[in-house]
Amino acid sequence: MGLLGAFATTPAVFAAEAGAEVVKAGGWFLANAWLIPLIPAASFLIILLFGKRMPRGGSEVGITAVAASFVLGLLTLVQWIGAVNAAGDAAVSPAISKWTWWISGGTSFTIGTLVDGLAVALIFVVTLVSLLVHIYSTDYVAGDVRYTHFFAFLSLFTASMLFFVLSENTIQMILGWEMVGVCSFVLIGHWWEEKANSNAALKAFLTNRVGDIGLLIGMAILFFAADSFSVVKINSLAAEGSIAHGLLLAASLCLMAAVMSKSGQFFLHTWLPDAMAGPTPVSALIHAATMVVAGVYMVARLFAVFFEGLAIAGSSVNALAIMGGITTLVGASLAFVQTDIKRVLAYSTISQLGYMVLALGVGAWTAAVFHLFTHAFFKACLFLGSGSVSHAVHSFDMKKDMGGLRKHMPHTFRTFVIASLALAGLAPLAGFWSKDEILAGTGGWGAFGGTGGNGAYTFVLFMAMLTAALTAAYMTRCVYLTFFGTYRGHGHPHESGRRITVPLWILAVFAVGAGWTNLPKGFQIVPKGWREQFGHYVEPRAAEGFYFPHIAHATPSWTLAAFSTLVVLFGLGAAYYYYFVKVRALGGSATELPNGLTSRFRIARLGHRLLARKYYLDHLYTDILAKGTAGPVARGAYWLNQRGIDEVVNQAGRKAVSAGHVLYDKIDQKVVDGVVNATGRASHGAGEEIRRMQTGKVQQYAGVMFVVAALIAVVLILVL
Amino acid sequence: MQDFLNGWGLTLVTFVPMLGALVLLAIPKRNEWSLKVVALGSSLLAALIGVFLLSWFDTSRAGDLQFVVDKPWIETINSRYIMGIDGISLPLILLTLLVVPLCIVYSFDHFPEPRNPKSFLTLLLILQTGMVGTFVAQDLILFFVFFEIVLLPMYFMIGVWGGENRRYASIKFFLYTLFGSALMLISFLAMFFLADGTLAGLDAVRTFDMRALSGGATAAIARTSQVWIFAGMFLGFGVKVPMFPFHTWLPDAHTEAPTVGSVILAAVLLKLGTYGFVRVAVPMLPEAAAAWAPVIGLLAVIGIIYGALGCLAQRDMKRLIAFSSVAHMGFVMLGIATLTPFGVNAAVFGMVAHGLITGMLFFLAGSMKERYHTLEMSRLGGLLKQAPRMGWMLGFCVMASLGLPGLAGFWGEFPAILASYSPAAILHQGVFRAYMVIAAVGTVLAAGYLLWMLQKTAFGKARKEFANSPDIKDVKRHEYISWAPLLVLIVVLGFYPRLLHEATDPAVRESLEVPSIAGSAQDCLDSDDGWTCFDERRTEIKQTQGN
Repeated sequence: MGLLGAFATTPAVFAAEAGAEVVKAGGWFLANAWLIPLIPAASFLIILLFGKRMPRGGSEVGITAVAASFVLGLLTLVQWIGAVNAAGDAAVSPAISKWTWWISGGTSFTIGTLVDGLAVALIFVVTLVSLLVHIYSTDYVAGDVRYTHFFAFLSLFTASMLFFVLSENTIQMILGWEMVGVCSFVLIGHWWEEKANSNAALKAFLTNRVGDIGLLIGMAILFFAADSFSVVKINSLAAEGSIAHGLLLAASLCLMAAVMSKSGQFFLHTWLPDAMAGPTPVSALIHAATMVVAGVYMVARLFAVFFEGLAIAGSSVNALAIMGGITTLVGASLAFVQTDIKRVLAYSTISQLGYMVLALGVGAWTAAVFHLFTHAFFKACLFLGSGSVSHAVHSFDMKKDMGGLRKHMPHTFRTFVIASLALAGLAPLAGFWSKDEILAGTGGWGAFGGTGGNGAYTFVLFMAMLTAALTAAYMTRCVYLTFFGTYRGHGHPHESGRRITVPLWILAVFAVGAGWTNLPKGFQIVPKGWREQFGHYVEPRAAEGFYFPHIAHATPSWTLAAFSTLVVLFGLGAAYYYYFVKVRALGGSATELPNGLTSRFRIARLGHRLLARKYYLDHLYTDILAKGTAGPVARGAYWLNQRGIDEVVNQAGRKAVSAGHVLYDKIDQKVVDGVVNATGRASHGAGEEIRRMQTGKVQQYAGVMFVVAALIAVVLILVL
Repeated sequence: MQDFLNGWGLTLVTFVPMLGALVLLAIPKRNEWSLKVVALGSSLLAALIGVFLLSWFDTSRAGDLQFVVDKPWIETINSRYIMGIDGISLPLILLTLLVVPLCIVYSFDHFPEPRNPKSFLTLLLILQTGMVGTFVAQDLILFFVFFEIVLLPMYFMIGVWGGENRRYASIKFFLYTLFGSALMLISFLAMFFLADGTLAGLDAVRTFDMRALSGGATAAIARTSQVWIFAGMFLGFGVKVPMFPFHTWLPDAHTEAPTVGSVILAAVLLKLGTYGFVRVAVPMLPEAAAAWAPVIGLLAVIGIIYGALGCLAQRDMKRLIAFSSVAHMGFVMLGIATLTPFGVNAAVFGMVAHGLITGMLFFLAGSMKERYHTLEMSRLGGLLKQAPRMGWMLGFCVMASLGLPGLAGFWGEFPAILASYSPAAILHQGVFRAYMVIAAVGTVLAAGYLLWMLQKTAFGKARKEFANSPDIKDVKRHEYISWAPLLVLIVVLGFYPRLLHEATDPAVRESLEVPSIAGSAQDCLDSDDGWTCFDERRTEIKQTQGN
């Protein structure tokens, strides 16, 4: 508390309109949070310009910068905790620093930072994961052709995400959002010599651009509805009902399209598995801490808009919850049929992002952010673990090149299993607490007899529950194929070095412990001060005229927790029985049963094919939409251009010239010249020389005149 | 200094290149070195004057015309030699003054075939006079003269130094723009006869004074006449922009033009059209602008989508970049069509940004052609491997061109989209919101064709036919010099758009204000019942006229 006390600031209390107090948070680190993204941004430039000449190719700069941001973020976090503590029961308004950036037509654009519980939580996650990824990468991409370049963009990626997280206004959010997208483009396409990699990078960027249409329009609607870009102002106006519901609905639907692409929601999720073409540390960064959570964060940031716009309270279904629900199922079901270990994890990320979006959709705000928090650690651990494995076996194919690795790579194996169990949501690991809070938050109680929640989202609860079983099952499969059985690859795999295993263990510790930061209210084994700490510091308390909507909180029930654990155990058990008992019985190198369901039942085969083809979405996007636009549609438009519009121009020119020819041949030469000739003949003998000169000029003159006249005539015909 | 600039600054900055051109004519052809030095020197001198103008430009009153010269010129038609610049013209002049010396540096040792530096440089300098003159002229006849001066050098540049199909392209360029200008001139004359200079405080009734014409002198013209006059200007400027469906000269001209010609065409020449809208058409006939705005907006968004689709169908890199101009200028026109200060600001920003970015892309395409001797995208690839710095620059410009936030392109594109959500009150909101959605779709297509181009040319491995080509070298010195300023500006304007808005914002507001004795046009544009407002305004003015 001594440390906390040092940073605690004297709160300036002022009474809000209807009793609830709002306290301003102050403090040096809260006010100067702009340093946090600025340091890695500077590091980007330094590495890019001087990295190649440095002894460690610039990685030292990147690591130092991110470490500095991490420390600053930590101090900001401490100061924020201090401010919340000092405020007591009052709500704490976010610390905002801003400057006018530029002014256009009376509208001023500001740039600044907004620090509140949500922001500090994200900063902690982003900087920590990024730091570990940096350290891990020094080993993983060692000797790469573009080592320096890689670290430069890791820095920029981190900086962009931090900039986005600290956004004070929506323009800044768009900026950060796009910067994150570009960095992912560069990093996914890191090995652009291969066409497949640059294709993946292009796909990621373009899919995100599709969602950006929604982002741009949604933000435009919000700007004109609130007459401001300020996040706080937009939220406050939305929360107090000053913005017409129709506008909020339109804005939230548009922004959902953006979430769909950025956070890999169904049906714009297809870029995410392909993004595995990038180096594994990048995948970890993209999937755990940056990029994909941007969409979830944006919803959490502008939650009042979604809460009011989609009428989350008092309902049993809404677009956001359903989008999350479908995504979580689609992701989990596709994770089953992958043979590439990174793709399993990619689909798992899609599924877990669906969980978060679903949670936001049912109004379980804290649960969603909490899940984002815990997921970051165990998913980063899993990705880095898969990278460690591929480092050893030089492949990502679980069926062909892995198996039996638990003996060769004990550290990777242990951390991977811990993180898998955390992901599966087994108590008391991190995933359990956050997942259960989401299940409780759905308010779809039915038989479980709890209270609260914003509505009765029973159907969504069902979807989430099913996903829990699937998750446990596919992770069991993944662990078996990678670490059990006998080794099917080439060479002699060995455990990775310290710079890889230490980050893995740090993340594993978080995968175990992160969940304890927000123990449920009813968990009376621990003292009260230990319960719901995350929510206490992160969720803005509702107050009148505040930037956060009045959301209801569910009280979780033991029955639900027990039931969901049973569901997880069932999924785990079924997969265990299939792989660890039946498949194993066939010998160490078997990866599936020869007479499994798919070979016995046609419908199962069809189902498998549907999954293997990823519900045919890629086919639809790549072959039909993208190739259609770039192919027939573009060619058609161009044909129209050349044969239609341009032809009019060419014809006008050609017709004018031929009209000129006609006039010249028929009229000028025959009539005019004839007249002149006749005149000449009439004045026969009256000076042959002069006549000749004259006609020459007349001909020229008339020729030009007729061409011009014809041109004008054609023009008039065309125009009128 | 202030006095000198006030009296002579604009005249000098306009005619110094022309003087340079005259000096060039006196230097014998074989004396190449002095030809180049004189050309570069005179364009640098003009740029230096530009710097002086900039530093003495009073940004606190960027909405007013500064360094004004007003002298009698053709008295019989009351056309005067009026020059002056405000916050809208200043950035465009500076852009011109920057681009021309860069072009000379770029071609210093690499004149396109059939070389002939003397004629090439002479034409370039005459071109510069025409472009700068258009931006400083404040008398319609003067404006028109400069506007037309530009045509001829460009015609020769394409026709002599161009590619295989240069004759067709140059004639098409010339005739098409001339056709537009002819109609524009008719409109100018119509306005001359219909407007009443006394309403704007002049002594004469008939005037070409642009200050008066955009200061209320036209307020009494009947709406139908205004609409027709606007139509003429619309064609004149629209061809130059170019707006769909008057764009077909552009891809041909760009494809055939030598690198420097393409750069100038993209960086400055197209802006003459949009500048005409912002400076002439809209402020002089705000009422007609409101009547035409839905059409302009429609053609703009069609251009955005259509240009993008055209890009996707291209096999030649240079032609693709050319088509992308159609799409980008669509955003500029959309901004103008909203008739709000916000939208027009976006448009002016878009002009400068497009000038820098597309100019740079054409430079890159030119240099790639020099190295690969082809721009056929199916034959290119692996630029990043063979010439990494150049590949990086290409990637950077592609990102800037597709409107990446943080680089200049974004501040022209996104605000234009934003502005069309809420156009001037007189316009139909629903229509413009539909335009907004279409324009937003255009941003995806833009990303599509640009990244596709990048993938085809920069990524992958080098093709066998070029793998050991000795021509393929990384960025050379003269390229660094001529590109660095553009690249820096793309970043600077992206991070600090205020630099430009400080100047343009007051000027744009001023240009839409259009005061008159019976209220400003801006008030009518902002009113829900704008048409009645304009009518009442006209009636009131006519009554005063009657008295």
